[in-house]
Amino acid sequence: MTGGGNRDTTKLLMERSVPGRVGAVLPQPDVPAQPLPDPSLLRTELDLPEVSEPEVVQYFTALSQRNFSIDTHFYPLGSCTMKYNPKINDEVSFLPGLAGIHPLQPLESAQGALELLYRLQGFLAEITGLPGVGLSTLAGAHGELAGMLMMRAYHLARGDTNRRQVLIPDSAHGTNPASAAMAGFDVVTVVSDDQGNVDLKALHELVGPNLAGVMITLPSTLGLFDTGIVEVCQTVHQAGGLVYGDGANMNALLGRVKLGALGFDVVHLNLHKTFSTPHGGGGPGAGPVCVADSLIPHLPAPVVTQSSGDGAPVYGLAAPARTIGKLSGFHGNFGVLVRAFTYILTLGGEGLRAISGNAVLNANYLMEALKDTYYLPYDRRCMHEVVFSADWQKARGASGLEIVKRLLDYGFHAPTLYFPLIVHEALMIEPTESETWETLDAFIQALRDIDREVTEDPELVRGAPHTTPVSRLDEATAARQPDLRWRAAG
Amino acid sequence: MLATLGVASIDELFQDIPEEFRNPPLDLPQPMSELEVQKELDGLASRNRALASGPSFLGAGCYNHFIPAIVKALMTRGEFLTAYTPYQAEASQGTLQVIYEFQTLISHLYGMEVANAGMYDGATSLAEGVLMACRVTRRSHVAVADTLSPYYRQVIEAYCQAQGIEIHSVSPGQSLSLDQETACLVVQYPNFYGYIEDLAGLTEAAHAQGALIVVSAGPMAMGMFQPPGLYGADIVTGEGQPLGIPPSYGGPYVGLFSTKQEYIRQMPSRLSGRTVDSQGRTGYVLTLQTREQHIRRERATSNICTNEALYALAATIYLAALGKQGLRSVAELCYQKAHYAAARIAQLPGYTLPIQGTFFQEFVVQCPVSPSSINSRLLEQNILGGLDLSEAFSNVPPSEGGTTGGSSSQPPGDFTNGMLLCVTEMNSRQEIDALVEALSEFGR
Repeated sequence: MTGGGNRDTTKLLMERSVPGRVGAVLPQPDVPAQPLPDPSLLRTELDLPEVSEPEVVQYFTALSQRNFSIDTHFYPLGSCTMKYNPKINDEVSFLPGLAGIHPLQPLESAQGALELLYRLQGFLAEITGLPGVGLSTLAGAHGELAGMLMMRAYHLARGDTNRRQVLIPDSAHGTNPASAAMAGFDVVTVVSDDQGNVDLKALHELVGPNLAGVMITLPSTLGLFDTGIVEVCQTVHQAGGLVYGDGANMNALLGRVKLGALGFDVVHLNLHKTFSTPHGGGGPGAGPVCVADSLIPHLPAPVVTQSSGDGAPVYGLAAPARTIGKLSGFHGNFGVLVRAFTYILTLGGEGLRAISGNAVLNANYLMEALKDTYYLPYDRRCMHEVVFSADWQKARGASGLEIVKRLLDYGFHAPTLYFPLIVHEALMIEPTESETWETLDAFIQALRDIDREVTEDPELVRGAPHTTPVSRLDEATAARQPDLRWRAAG
Repeated sequence: MLATLGVASIDELFQDIPEEFRNPPLDLPQPMSELEVQKELDGLASRNRALASGPSFLGAGCYNHFIPAIVKALMTRGEFLTAYTPYQAEASQGTLQVIYEFQTLISHLYGMEVANAGMYDGATSLAEGVLMACRVTRRSHVAVADTLSPYYRQVIEAYCQAQGIEIHSVSPGQSLSLDQETACLVVQYPNFYGYIEDLAGLTEAAHAQGALIVVSAGPMAMGMFQPPGLYGADIVTGEGQPLGIPPSYGGPYVGLFSTKQEYIRQMPSRLSGRTVDSQGRTGYVLTLQTREQHIRRERATSNICTNEALYALAATIYLAALGKQGLRSVAELCYQKAHYAAARIAQLPGYTLPIQGTFFQEFVVQCPVSPSSINSRLLEQNILGGLDLSEAFSNVPPSEGGTTGGSSSQPPGDFTNGMLLCVTEMNSRQEIDALVEALSEFGR
């Protein structure tokens, strides 16, 4: 419950504004007054709020309390890997020698930063089994774009100009087809079989001389390890295509298998998922790309290099020979890369293996405990997440949407809803490794209680949530009559 | 837990992985305690020269500005820091209201009708603005001012490489060679060299051909100079880093993106909209999501799903704290100090200011010797000098768009021994005087 007065969040910044108030005082000029430019160039009005420092602190603190977060709530949002974000990672990223360095300062004055990046490239290469690593891509989808542009560059460099087709399973994240389209490809959907694997028969029929490659998420968004993955890779390679791996679900595979060994040619990692960097309410992330030898010349610029002269190694930045170019302003989301590097140092190889083990154990524990209560469309060993369907509850009058809204009343963030698209009324639950047995049991109990409520008190479920700062919001009007910013009354 | 699953070990849970690929050796370092990790990172950090350790005059897209303590204090609250994208609106009102505030303040800053929830950074925001202009106009030729940042130019080229878009350079101030196939004119304001472009004239020239004008505008300059919206700009993007975000060796930052109301359905990235709940209370939701990849897949306006919300929050806190007076004060301090520095350097033997016009906080100096060699000497005195322009433009093709001859055939950025210097409110007069003194050594 937030407070009244300035701590009441109903007033926006512009509505709190009182002429003359300032939240930060700047020093007086210490240089002689300089001539001003032509007045026509100068701004006469600047409509920013005028509020004091305490007001800013009170308002934003009150706003923060209207969020669920990992630190305050279990957040089993499937495919998002909402694990604990260690505080040491944030702390070191704010060190003046890391947060306070300029991306264009001379390389000799940033050797510590470059060494960190170089070592991180090596760590990610070892984890994926893919020797080339580019760190400059700023998010998962940004890594996908880089990967697909590399796929395009690879075919074009071989004079193979007709390979315009990219196959994407029907279970894929929406970013996959969107990224393939931005890289100029035509997207063709390949169906999944009744085990949730890529349908090999369908795949064989679709591959041909126009095939550029496939985009595969492993484990799939159904939370399942595709047992035909080796054949998928072989089939695509035999047709002259490349295999793109969406690494969104790497939390299941750390130390268990190397994607490069399975036949993947290019993989992006989501450091804000698998490697624990905080999501920040929607970013920043980082989406490094890891590639096989054949794609190293096409990596996005820059990559970090090491040269060993006579003395200590010297680190630099370089553009690969046939790079797809520069996809971000500088060298990547360094502050995020620092956090991921710190995480890997803390855990080491054995720690990373323990993470995938515990993540998969927790998901399977939830699956076993809940599969009698919620319909489980793919009844087999899951990996780091489990996908249920709310079909049984829907038949009794409460949809998946209403069930997850009711979960908010129990103090749990909702699972991912209605995704993947191939599962009706999908509820995708990813507990991660960092929750205790007690929390998992409380969550299981909540989902069982809600199931009982669907029968005994369906209106309670259908009207949920009841305890959040706002109840169900009118999304239709928001889209029909978009109100995207504050405007002065009248 | 294992017993409930009927397995003896965690390893048994991974049997779907083909055995020959299962449990490969992993050659990574041994685990470290927090104490050891902290020392390791302290060691790496100590081998970088921090901006705060001495006078710094480097800008070129990343700026050293004062950040009030409340920015970090508020943005690192776990409730903001460890939340996900606000798909569940009832559980994310804090983040959604912050984004709505951000959209309001950025549209005010640029004088535009609407702004989105943020992009990756300034360069990608501009590149997405170019792609959007091509969608809006259904044209595929893009004219890029040769006064645009070479780094941004490269990102536009990378984003457009598979889209059948033709990019050519034009020189503002000369005949622009725009035509009926031109989707947009791309301009930076202030431009890469720090100077104010004639946005009124450039906007008119673009609109005369039915093209849009896409501007990359420095947010700090908006504290002092007319906003692009005033001149009728169609899409205004920018790098949010100057607004309370540390340089961090290039990221994470937040890209700013604003446009006209009529184009909102062609915008990339998230939008937070104000609405009401079932009891009539005001609340916020992600809206117009049918533009986005998770709904529209390969027909989405962009593949983006990360809006850098944490740094949109940082910029919002910064703009709230500084407010109307504060942003103006910072901008004027930058202007005053930069002009003081420029005037003093121009008096040094061997140094000239080759560009005529109005600049904000950056300016080009032609030096008597190569800027890189000057920078090495400056660094020995713990002064971080400006950008060597010949290095910055080493990957950019020369301008070919100008029809009037003259300097349009000159490669962009080709000021002999050109150095791009930046002065902000962080630089005291004493620091500026030390820079001038150090530079004077080379002009003798």
